[in-house]
Amino acid sequence: MHKFLIRSFVSSLVLLFTLTVAAVAKDVKAAFVYIGPTGDHGWTYQHDVGRKAVEAAGFKTTYVEGVPESADAERVLRQLANSGHDVIFTTSFGYMNPTNKVAKEFPNVKFEHATGYKREHPNVSTYAARFYEGRTILGTIAGTMTKSNVIGYVASFPIPEVIRGINSFTLAAQKVNPNIKTKIVWAFTWYDPGKEAEAAKALIDQGADVIAQHTDSTAIVQMAEKAGVYAFGQASDMDKFAPKAVLTSVENNWGPYYVDRVKAVANGTWSQKDTWHGIGDGMVVISDLDSQMPADLRSKVKKLQADLASGKVHSFTGPIYDQKGNLMVAEGKTADDGMLAGMMTYVKGVEGDIPK
Amino acid sequence: MIKIVKRDQPSRAIFFFTPVLAIFLTLVAGGLIFFILGFKPFEALKFFFIVPIADKYGFSELLLKATPLCLIAIGLSFCFKSNNWNIGAEGQLTFGAIVSGGVALLFYEQEGFYILPIVILAGAIGGMLYASIPAILKTYFNTNEILVSLMLVYVSKLILDYLVVGPWSNPEGFNFPETRQFSDSAKLPLLFEGLRIHAGIFLALAAVVISWFVFYKTYLGFQMKVSGFSLKTARYAGYKGKKMIILVFLISGACAGLAGVGEITGPIGQLHREISPDYGFTAIIVAFLGRLHPVGIIFASLVVAITYLGAETAQIFMQIPKYTGQVFQGMILFFLLASDYLLFFKIKFIGSKK
Repeated sequence: MHKFLIRSFVSSLVLLFTLTVAAVAKDVKAAFVYIGPTGDHGWTYQHDVGRKAVEAAGFKTTYVEGVPESADAERVLRQLANSGHDVIFTTSFGYMNPTNKVAKEFPNVKFEHATGYKREHPNVSTYAARFYEGRTILGTIAGTMTKSNVIGYVASFPIPEVIRGINSFTLAAQKVNPNIKTKIVWAFTWYDPGKEAEAAKALIDQGADVIAQHTDSTAIVQMAEKAGVYAFGQASDMDKFAPKAVLTSVENNWGPYYVDRVKAVANGTWSQKDTWHGIGDGMVVISDLDSQMPADLRSKVKKLQADLASGKVHSFTGPIYDQKGNLMVAEGKTADDGMLAGMMTYVKGVEGDIPK
Repeated sequence: MIKIVKRDQPSRAIFFFTPVLAIFLTLVAGGLIFFILGFKPFEALKFFFIVPIADKYGFSELLLKATPLCLIAIGLSFCFKSNNWNIGAEGQLTFGAIVSGGVALLFYEQEGFYILPIVILAGAIGGMLYASIPAILKTYFNTNEILVSLMLVYVSKLILDYLVVGPWSNPEGFNFPETRQFSDSAKLPLLFEGLRIHAGIFLALAAVVISWFVFYKTYLGFQMKVSGFSLKTARYAGYKGKKMIILVFLISGACAGLAGVGEITGPIGQLHREISPDYGFTAIIVAFLGRLHPVGIIFASLVVAITYLGAETAQIFMQIPKYTGQVFQGMILFFLLASDYLLFFKIKFIGSKK
């Protein structure tokens, strides 16, 4: 009898606790603003995967897709803030000014802006991923797998994020194969299957036998599949779109961060932050390695992945020289975040100039 | 039995009735689509067309959205009335925004009452310059204005891309594709505290009044009307066709350019890659839905503007995909064109015995 009482007391406590947690969880509503359709299999798709993780954690979510970065963004944000959402994730750079503007009017709503740098009000945080760590892995694979020693790279816009990716990719490729050259085509778009396919075609015609991309559609890996060259998936695991071409993908994994931040709102522990997570924190994930890669390369990549995660290896470890041969990072040093955030010069081995 | 008979003359009553019919059919078809998708049709339509404008803020957003649509559609009606198919208002909007944005950036961190008029004027001139290309090519080289004006849209967007990525990008902005924010003197004044509706609405209203006057009270309006009915007649009557073509394109370009100014010096406040969610193309629907009549265009721009707002509300509150807004715009145009059949034909019900 005594045991029974204790047991029922404990179980009712547990039940009460669960109910309370559930009630708290129910109260917090998170909203997500997307630049593209949730079915783009790239940028927006991955953010929506993150949103679903928030739902799975027991929170209510709302999303609005295809919100242009025009005057419309501000209205959508205001409407979300006005309709009982406690935290709003704005998942494209172009929402930066509207996010800060609306945040000022709604001091009780938390705003999380992806890839931006403005945190003008205490209720605005920013977050981004260290995708360049993933590109160190891709560069290592590309440098090993290329036979023509020409690697193609379809880039979107000449901003530090993209330049940093090109550099970290090239540095890693040079490390395993000093003779490689990285050829860049600027597509000036984040998502335009037609343009991206054209860019990939141009690179393949110039002799590239491995194509990397910093745009979001699956057009490039599909073009690579057709041409019989290697490629890497971007944002999500694109293996199913080009099983022969895709060696691996760098996945954007926002879920853990989103769940963390929404929970922080629920617990009242949310505070302004500038987050920049990489492989170590699980925001950047490397998909399965294709069996076409030799076994020793695969184990090398696995080790590199672990070392990047633990911080033993840094993507930008000196000596690093720019195209003209000037020293950028001294031997034994690594580039600090300030340098990475403003990186606007190519390293040695990248062909061409950054468009001005 | 039903018999379809050709009308002797297009019916004037039906001319103004069909847009209403088209909107009604769109609502019915829209409700049906919502039903098929598994949403409650009336609730969905309520969130689409009533909830977004149920308060003061929502209504001000409707006016904000309708302003560029109305302005561009008024300009386009000059072209369409006179048989000039300017499809490139989006390009004229973009180029107008580029020129006016460039001028606004010249006055960066400067204040003065004279700045805004110069910025506005620059936008109108930019739009006119850009519209003059298809006009001149049409009049002197007999090119097809539909193709030229349409292709120039993409050119203008590439020019804008180049400028905001390169020479005009914000020096403190980590090379992201955007310019600096304009100074307050280069921005259109807001009409009410806390709302985004700005003085640009007066430009649209002025365009409505002026176009009405030109269409119905001037010789130019008459010329346009005759050319619209029959180019041969216009030529026979001795109208100087070339001059008129260039003039209507310039007016149309100026209006689109001003719409661009309204966006960048109004709610946006800077230049970046996406200054317009294709207002220039949507305004074509507005112009036809409004029957190329200034007052009709006011109503049409409000109706089409609400499809944008409604799509957002419906997604937030009912998880209906936001792209249904575009489906509604397409349906309106489709039903309008389809019901125009009634203009030229009438349906007669004939008893089977007769």
